[in-house]
Amino acid sequence: MSVFRAFDHPYFTHALLAGTGIAAAAGLVGYFLVLRAQVFTGDALGHVAFTGALAALALGYDLRLGLFVATVVFAVLIGALGRRGRSDDVAIGSVFAWILGLGAFFLTLYSTRGAAHGTAGVNVLFGSIFGLSAGQARTAALVAAAICAVVALLARPLLFASVDEAVAAARGVPVRTLGLVFLVLVGACAAEATQAVGSLLLLGLLAAPAGAAHRLTARPHHALALSAGLAVAEMWAGLGLSYAAPRLPPSFAILAVATAVYLATLLTVRPRRDHTVTSEEERDDVPTPSRL
Amino acid sequence: MVTTLSLADTYPAWSWNPVTDLRAMWAFPFMVNAFRAGTIVAVLAGVIGWYMVVRRQSFAGHTLAQVSFPGAACATLLGITPVVGYFAFCVGAALVIAAIPRAGQGGSGQEAALTGTVQAFGLACGFLFVTLYKGFLGGINSLLFGSFLGITTTQVTVLAAVAAVTLTTLAVIARPLLFASADPDVAAVRGVPVRVLSVTFLVLLGTATAATSQITGTLLVFALLVMPAATAQQLTARPAAGLAVSVLIGLVVTWTGLIAAYYSPYPIGFYVTTFAFGMYVLARLTRLLAQALARRAPAPARLSGGAA
Amino acid sequence: MSLRGAAVRVGGRTLWSGVDLEVGAGEFAAVLGPNGVGKSTLIKVALGLLPITAGEVRVLGEAPGRAGHRIGYLPQRRNVDPSLRIRGIDVVRMGLDGDRWGVPLPLPVRFSARRRAARDRIAEVIDLVGASAYAHRPIGECSGGQQQRLLIAQALVRGPELLLLDEPLDSLDLSHQGAVAALIGRICREEGVSVVMVAHDVNPILPWLDQVLYLAEGGAAAGPPREVITTETLSRLYGTPVEVLRTGHGRLVVVGGGHRAAGGGGHGHHPELG
Repeated sequence: MSVFRAFDHPYFTHALLAGTGIAAAAGLVGYFLVLRAQVFTGDALGHVAFTGALAALALGYDLRLGLFVATVVFAVLIGALGRRGRSDDVAIGSVFAWILGLGAFFLTLYSTRGAAHGTAGVNVLFGSIFGLSAGQARTAALVAAAICAVVALLARPLLFASVDEAVAAARGVPVRTLGLVFLVLVGACAAEATQAVGSLLLLGLLAAPAGAAHRLTARPHHALALSAGLAVAEMWAGLGLSYAAPRLPPSFAILAVATAVYLATLLTVRPRRDHTVTSEEERDDVPTPSRL
Repeated sequence: MVTTLSLADTYPAWSWNPVTDLRAMWAFPFMVNAFRAGTIVAVLAGVIGWYMVVRRQSFAGHTLAQVSFPGAACATLLGITPVVGYFAFCVGAALVIAAIPRAGQGGSGQEAALTGTVQAFGLACGFLFVTLYKGFLGGINSLLFGSFLGITTTQVTVLAAVAAVTLTTLAVIARPLLFASADPDVAAVRGVPVRVLSVTFLVLLGTATAATSQITGTLLVFALLVMPAATAQQLTARPAAGLAVSVLIGLVVTWTGLIAAYYSPYPIGFYVTTFAFGMYVLARLTRLLAQALARRAPAPARLSGGAA
Repeated sequence: MSLRGAAVRVGGRTLWSGVDLEVGAGEFAAVLGPNGVGKSTLIKVALGLLPITAGEVRVLGEAPGRAGHRIGYLPQRRNVDPSLRIRGIDVVRMGLDGDRWGVPLPLPVRFSARRRAARDRIAEVIDLVGASAYAHRPIGECSGGQQQRLLIAQALVRGPELLLLDEPLDSLDLSHQGAVAALIGRICREEGVSVVMVAHDVNPILPWLDQVLYLAEGGAAAGPPREVITTETLSRLYGTPVEVLRTGHGRLVVVGGGHRAAGGGGHGHHPELG
């Protein structure tokens, strides 16, 4: 069986180890990103991840150092400015376009200096999960496990603060701190996901399983678990697909599976009632007839 | 598509004599073509971009730009010229956005998740096409971050024709489009075909995005499509002046970007974003400063200033 | 809840001062007044989110902010995103344990007495507000009135001694205003919960009111509705002649008598031509 022979290759087991952790973390964080309507913060952090990674490479540091420093610092900055990443905000869009331009600068700086690294930019942009070493995979899995643990710890108050900020604040939930901690988690998750699917595609890994989970169930804790489960399953399917058909790059395979699952939920799971029924039902629950 | 700088180690020296420099630069046909194409794109993007910012559709522009990458990659894979891929994919995507109500606005939660997923998938497809087209991996950077090398005379002709058609169409619908953008409900009552205009504009935006992508690269279209227009809006609220300023900034940014890229090893996309962003920041600072001064000014001055 | 000579400043402007209000257990009080006079600020003061600059505030016998877990709070109209895929029952549940860390363990209900109690309590309040029929539906798909009932259930779920409601009838149509007002009045009477409600229009809640605090630029007046909502008191508060009319159905209509009051647009009470 060729599928089982995949586990003989160390690169595949490394990818599986790192990918599982990264997918679980992305699924958990992504659920809250969609719930809080902050998906585009994830997009923005993807841009930052690219520039951070290449800046680190160009300056001669480990790529991951640049990734985590850049994304976490920017996450804190976004949180401190107190603006939700609105997708249509020209100012924010311009800042991130410029950051990406800066990334192109570092890319050229790096590739003109260290001659042999022509594919570094492509690896950061589109991921190179099959290129992870054992040590890198272990670190990625550990960081991902830590992200998952923190999300699980924060889940309930974060849910409260996301759905009902004013009441949560009145109840003593530290809404602002939670928002900031969450953004840091998103930053760390973006840095992780860059290693798997690349900074341009991590948005899909954050959004697709979470969007599908939101669609499939309205029970928040089930949806949270489902989002992580879907992400992990999609990661495995993508890795397997890419192994079976080596012409497909792994990040494309993962994204293709994730997009297909999400689109399938969109097409098959319809919201149960439409609005006309709702308003008719509502008539019934008014106890007294209108006084008019 | 020519991709890497073959003259990587020897960059022409900048002599501080503009006449000599320009003459030296324009001795190369590819630089002349680059300037022609850049000028056409700057004018087109400046005008369409101004309308886009007024209509708050910069997110749609962003989405269309991301589609241009798989478009160009797919065309290259099939052996067609990338220009066809750019325009086919961008205009196609514009029609899709127009067909789905409320698509391309970002929105919140679910909608954002969907658009984000589709965007990422589009980029993933582009990556797939690039890897399937062997030996093209280096070219990915010029698709994403822009390149001014290898623009052919045919390409310039195509760009000029597209720009002429796009700008003519826009000139025809300019006034009702502005009305429909500012106040769709009132415009609709007045008999302005708001829906038709919005679809038409999206198609125009698709062509403008496809054209811009060829200069700045897929990821940096904001530099020419959004930043000059946003800068213009910081400086003036009058439509005609705004359009003029937007085009002017686009031209300045493109020309300086081309010159800087010619004299250095860094990609044009980097220079164009940096210059455009710098101008945007300057405009915002100027406006903040002007507001602060107006506040400091004595009461009569403020009254005359705020009479409108 | 009691305020004595309380005053508050927001952004260097004194919003109101010399406010005296005493709401006893199981009483229903309304905070009325024109827009921008600081009605919602009063709720924030009671929650301890804003400090007062003078006087004294006690909430359930403690300083504001210390009794948060004994208060049910319903902020001013929240826009629930129509695509929000969270069930109403989950939103209610957040009122019960939404501030605890961690995720609830997926144990079957029958192994945990606490979970059983939580489930029963949630079912009880949802039944109390009459939302059982749609509590399992995503809240974004519910109508405005249904959402408001669920949010009231959320405020009630911990068995609070005091309900602070900020314009809960706002953006509901007339028949729903009556139904939700009746629900709040009934909770106040039957459950013995004190209610302080910021309101735009006094008429839907008039039958249940014990106390009224009327805030206006000219000062504040508190007391039973019959004594506060009168031509004399309101004219004094507005500093301009104001007329209070009573319709045949017992509804109150405030009419700006003077030119300034009418032109200033400072009316909390829009004429209710019922």
